[in-house]
Amino acid sequence: MKMKNFGERIPQSLFFIIALSALTVLALITIFIFIEGVPLIAKVGFFKFIFGMKWAPSQGFYGIFPMIVGTISVTLGAIILGVPVALCCAIFLAEFAPRWLSDIVRPAIQLLAGIPSVVYGFWGLIFIVPLIRNYLGGPGLSILAGSIILAIMILPTVISISEVSLLALSPLLKEGAFALGATHWQTIRSVLVPAAKSGILASIILGVGRAVGETMAVIMVLGNAVALPNSILSPVRTLTTNIGIEMGYASGEHQQALFATGIVLLVIIMILNSLAQYSIRRK
Amino acid sequence: MRKSDVKSRLFFRFSFIFCMFFSIFSLTLLTGCGRNADSVVIAGSTSVQPFAEVLAQDYMASHPGVSIDIQGGGSAAGIMATQSGTTDIGMSSRNLQGSETSLWSIEIARDGIAIIINPKNPITDLTLQQVADIYDGKTTNWDQIGGKKGEIDVFTREDGSGTRSSFESLVMGKNQIMARAMVENSNGAIRQLVADDPAAIGYISLGLVDTTVKALDLGGIVPSRAHVVDGTYNLSRPFLFLCLKAPTGLVKDFIDFTMSAQGQKILYDQGLITTGTNP
Amino acid sequence: MGIRVNPRTTQRIAKAVIWSAAILVLLLLFTIIIYILSKGIPHITWQFLTEIPSDMGKSGGILSAIVGTLAVTLVAIVVATPLGVGTAFYLTEYTRESGVTKIIRFSAESLAGIPSIVYGLFGFIFFVTYLKLGWSILSGGLTLAVMILPTIIRTSEEAIRTVPPMYREVSFSLGGTKWQTMTKVLIPSALPGIATGIILGIGRCVAETAAIILTAGSALQMPTSLFSPARTLAVHFYILASEGISLENAYATAAILIILILLINIGANLLVNRFVAKRR
Repeated sequence: MKMKNFGERIPQSLFFIIALSALTVLALITIFIFIEGVPLIAKVGFFKFIFGMKWAPSQGFYGIFPMIVGTISVTLGAIILGVPVALCCAIFLAEFAPRWLSDIVRPAIQLLAGIPSVVYGFWGLIFIVPLIRNYLGGPGLSILAGSIILAIMILPTVISISEVSLLALSPLLKEGAFALGATHWQTIRSVLVPAAKSGILASIILGVGRAVGETMAVIMVLGNAVALPNSILSPVRTLTTNIGIEMGYASGEHQQALFATGIVLLVIIMILNSLAQYSIRRK
Repeated sequence: MRKSDVKSRLFFRFSFIFCMFFSIFSLTLLTGCGRNADSVVIAGSTSVQPFAEVLAQDYMASHPGVSIDIQGGGSAAGIMATQSGTTDIGMSSRNLQGSETSLWSIEIARDGIAIIINPKNPITDLTLQQVADIYDGKTTNWDQIGGKKGEIDVFTREDGSGTRSSFESLVMGKNQIMARAMVENSNGAIRQLVADDPAAIGYISLGLVDTTVKALDLGGIVPSRAHVVDGTYNLSRPFLFLCLKAPTGLVKDFIDFTMSAQGQKILYDQGLITTGTNP
Repeated sequence: MGIRVNPRTTQRIAKAVIWSAAILVLLLLFTIIIYILSKGIPHITWQFLTEIPSDMGKSGGILSAIVGTLAVTLVAIVVATPLGVGTAFYLTEYTRESGVTKIIRFSAESLAGIPSIVYGLFGFIFFVTYLKLGWSILSGGLTLAVMILPTIIRTSEEAIRTVPPMYREVSFSLGGTKWQTMTKVLIPSALPGIATGIILGIGRCVAETAAIILTAGSALQMPTSLFSPARTLAVHFYILASEGISLENAYATAAILIILILLINIGANLLVNRFVAKRR
């Protein structure tokens, strides 16, 4: 009897130690980011940091507002361009596609998800940027270029989760609508999509999370100017690309400012995650 | 048990064992007892980097078993890495300032900075002041300086770049490069973007100018090595190798090689300005 | 109410729009993947795969990048898998559902969503500079391990929790200890989910760029030990592409990356399908 308990104790302690180490490591990162970043936010002042218009570390200016505007505009653009297409695709897969077609399209979309972000960035540099420059004006390196790329990158996320939400609906909903004389489209628009609303919303929020965190795909096409954009054809810098460009040579306060930017990103992601979970739970 | 069950079980057992074996094998292969004694790490300026690579290739050819690992990051990153001991040799394309001067340094060559534009751009000559006005935002359209109408797309290097620091002190003087300028973090990236955009202007290392871009004459002076040497083209800056303290061992050997007649000839052939041999 | 439109017409328009959206997505996929593969595959020769790059990557091959990718991914998986799966086991089997576990779960969820660039920043400061590991496969691998740890914990935990409680009860009623239950019943059942998490992690390691440049460096030489700097395929591609060193080699490297990820995806699907089929 005693032997058996002993045999139980060892794996339990082993797992406890493993779990503790893993969680310590994860806590370490969070603590590290906060320890480095918070003093700088305190020194510069919270409002001056978030809403400051000037980012010039060599002169001591640490305002990240241009980058916040950059992140928001690029992400917004991605949503505006990507979500409608994604939703249509999800509806297509759930409602209109014959089996043989959806068996081709679904893995194709998964494939889209697997392409590394740098490849997207390069493709954007080769295809999208010259198109924008030659037909719309500006240097081509712009919010628009970034939005297009991010829109493509969030397609798989939004499509797959939305499709799952649509498929998970009770078939009674559709049958009921048909019984009342609705056309297929009327059913989709007024019954199915609203019913799947929480899942679709969650997919969009997750897509936003992905777009906000993207660095390499956009660093090649945004132009990285540290100024407020005056149109979608202007170059911008996002919170992530700011870290990406400057972290190699930042030291002291400058480095702390980049960690502080990391805190801002962490907070944004946490808020988005909570929203997504909340939306799912509301079903 | 179905045959397919047995098969898949065997398959997974086998692949599991294979993966374990492969992992252990490769990890033992790759495990060294600390930093390889026969390697030199060099990091810093992206302007110096391609030239350091050529030197390293030559050196490694005659010294088999030695590995010289080079990376970019920019002059500021190189200086920081030297100070923290992360790299054996730091590369910088600007002079050291302030507390950095406590580092050991040696000038391996000099290079000019070329102002480049797209080959389709008809302009061939600008004054230093005109360039400065473009970069601080006073001049925004090509037709203001005699070119085709079109907004000027201004490209600059990142804050930590030695090329940028040198550019700022030689061209901008007291003025700042405008915030709206687009930032890229290597010579190659700037060259590529200027080569693609007919309305672009940028600055890169003179030694890296190729046929994809056009280097502007400054105040009538053609940017060439000869003109940098005789001082008429005055945008030039030093390429430095930095160490935390006076180099010894393998690091010293490589630096000596760089400064030797053979090393200097390699740099000269690559387009840099060399001071000749160093004892 | 405006003009009365025949619902059949609206349906026709809607159908057209939806079909075009699907076609658009397929078109995009084609343009991106087929274009890169068609430009890149012609340049993939045996030489390309077995030589190391020279002349900044303009000539030579990508062997050191391939080895670098494998090495860094290996370190990451070897470190993160036991830690992640072990933690998942601890959370599901040895603790009760409480506020603490909810917090842990939420944190793992959030940490999985942090942009990789922040991990890169952390890795650079902590592993490269503070721990003095320098730019090395070790620094890169450990940074990646930290990056994929939350994902592995999350998917493993999910997989273990979805094992029907009946399995556990039957095992216990037959006199099995917790350890026996875990190894003989839970792990096999949860394996597809756990494997999916690991494969997701591998995918992330192979695609990661910014964090790697800062922690494993970007040296062109073949790494000789865990402490050597190394570049990965993604890093090599990024440098070739952004600096315009060699467009052909860039396409070729991108093609290899895409093929690699394709293989990993297919492998993952095969794995999951096999287990799902077996269950049935």
